[in-house]
Amino acid sequence: MNAPDDLKYTKEHEWVRYENGIATIGITDHAQSSLGDIVYVEFPEEGETVTKDDTYGVVESVKAVSDCYAPLSGKVVDINTPLTDNPETINEDCYGEGWMLKVELSDESELDDLMDHDEYKQFVAEETA
Amino acid sequence: MRYIPHTPEEISEMLAAIGAKDEEALLAGIPKGMRSGGMHGVPAGMAEQQLQGHLSSLAMKNRTMSCASSFLGCGAYRHYVPAAVSELASRSEFVTPYTPYQPELSQGTLQAIFEYQSQICRLFAMDVSNASHYSGATAAADAALMARRIAKRRSRVIVPENMHPEYRHVVGTVVASEDEVTLLPCPAGHFDCAALKGALAGDVAAVFVQLPNFFGIVEDLGDVADMAHEAGSLLIAVVPEPLALGILNPPGSWGADIAVGEGLSLGLPVSFGGPTLGIFTARQEHVRNMPGRICGRTADAEGRAGYVLTLATREQHIRRERATSNICSNQALCATTAAIYMSLMGSQGMRELATLNAAKADYAKRTLAAVEGVALPFEGPTFNEFVIETREPAGDVLAKLADEGILGGVDLGKWMPHMERRILVCATEMNAKEEIDGYAAALGRILN
Repeated sequence: MNAPDDLKYTKEHEWVRYENGIATIGITDHAQSSLGDIVYVEFPEEGETVTKDDTYGVVESVKAVSDCYAPLSGKVVDINTPLTDNPETINEDCYGEGWMLKVELSDESELDDLMDHDEYKQFVAEETA
Repeated sequence: MRYIPHTPEEISEMLAAIGAKDEEALLAGIPKGMRSGGMHGVPAGMAEQQLQGHLSSLAMKNRTMSCASSFLGCGAYRHYVPAAVSELASRSEFVTPYTPYQPELSQGTLQAIFEYQSQICRLFAMDVSNASHYSGATAAADAALMARRIAKRRSRVIVPENMHPEYRHVVGTVVASEDEVTLLPCPAGHFDCAALKGALAGDVAAVFVQLPNFFGIVEDLGDVADMAHEAGSLLIAVVPEPLALGILNPPGSWGADIAVGEGLSLGLPVSFGGPTLGIFTARQEHVRNMPGRICGRTADAEGRAGYVLTLATREQHIRRERATSNICSNQALCATTAAIYMSLMGSQGMRELATLNAAKADYAKRTLAAVEGVALPFEGPTFNEFVIETREPAGDVLAKLADEGILGGVDLGKWMPHMERRILVCATEMNAKEEIDGYAAALGRILN
């Protein structure tokens, strides 16, 4: 299972890349593979506030609809609009071009609650066992 | 419809299979104190001939539109239903199927719905139609909710007084909070743009307009669309008489974001006011916020065209809290009937029929206005309905007309107390010239 070691992860199978106060968020390879072909992504609006553990959007595939939970709190500063026309990018490149949104964090300490790469791999192994 | 009752042998067999002593044992769960103990108050049965006579005498108490000269409209318009429409619509293949959730078995039903949606999109000049709603009024209500979802932080809707009062009532009920529905007065019958300017604020999700409006008046609503859009609101067009679109510019051409209507005029009999057919359309960009069933066309694994119900995540059986409506059905048979009707009429037929309606109503308007004691309170072109004002209360005038076998129209005082001397009169292709002349003559006698 593909999970870059420079990222942080959540139990909801989201990844976070944190640089200069901005967190880039997406869903992991495990998530996209479980969901199947993604057909639609519903985003929050730029400028909206997201709160850790609240839903911020939706990912819809041919077989399921999944709520997306915010791993961190803050203000949405960018959304990956090309995903509206090409949602399959998430299946193809979930850690790169398939990023979903960027959030300006309001509380950096929340990063400590996230799993690192080894913890996440362990978590997935237990979940799928 | 065939009905095959159980035989006594079959009943015994079923009871034995579940270990019940008799049919009475099946009711054991109902406390004795709650049982009626028999069919009290239900008269003894009648012989078939006796029953026929009894039902006939009950039916003869009805005064139907076909036994009177009817000028009733007001949201339910009487048009001729060609025999071919009833004949095809009553085929068992259309009458008996249930919801097409299993596309492999339901391609016929699904195609009929897809054709209906496509025709409605053309008629309304909108991008997407759903498989139908229950009625024009509930479609209008769901449109208000849809606009509020799209506009996210805006919850107010503006509703003009020249929109059908019963549609306004339903929208108000569904929006559920009185201070989120702003009523815009229309004293001259026309949409009041100056009043709209004052009412448009940052919290308005949508502005409603009706075409032709409740008083039958045809208005140019392009300016209203511009004003609404400039304020960041959506425009919802309501069309209770879609036949008018045979000659009037359709909502999609003048800025409607959502357009709803009542499909009764499309090959359905008026009966006692139903069953009705809710028309619901929207712009493509809003499709995921649309309520109701949507049928789509796609290709199967072998590349053959096929039809399916699609975008199901909008519906409550897939996502309950996030569903776009509580509606989980449609008026399939009515929609199929409308599709048959529109196919038979074609765009040329619709245009010709609409022209005929306008001409009949125009003749009726001029003829009635020429009667001593009758005035036309509103200005502007009308389609197949218009308002007359008489010296006496509308209720009295209509009662006297009814005694002469003329259903003269609808008393507007029913909803607007200050309009108690005004009657909404409708004339369609079903009203012969002689009938219209007869109405004028009777009115002349009653008022003078």
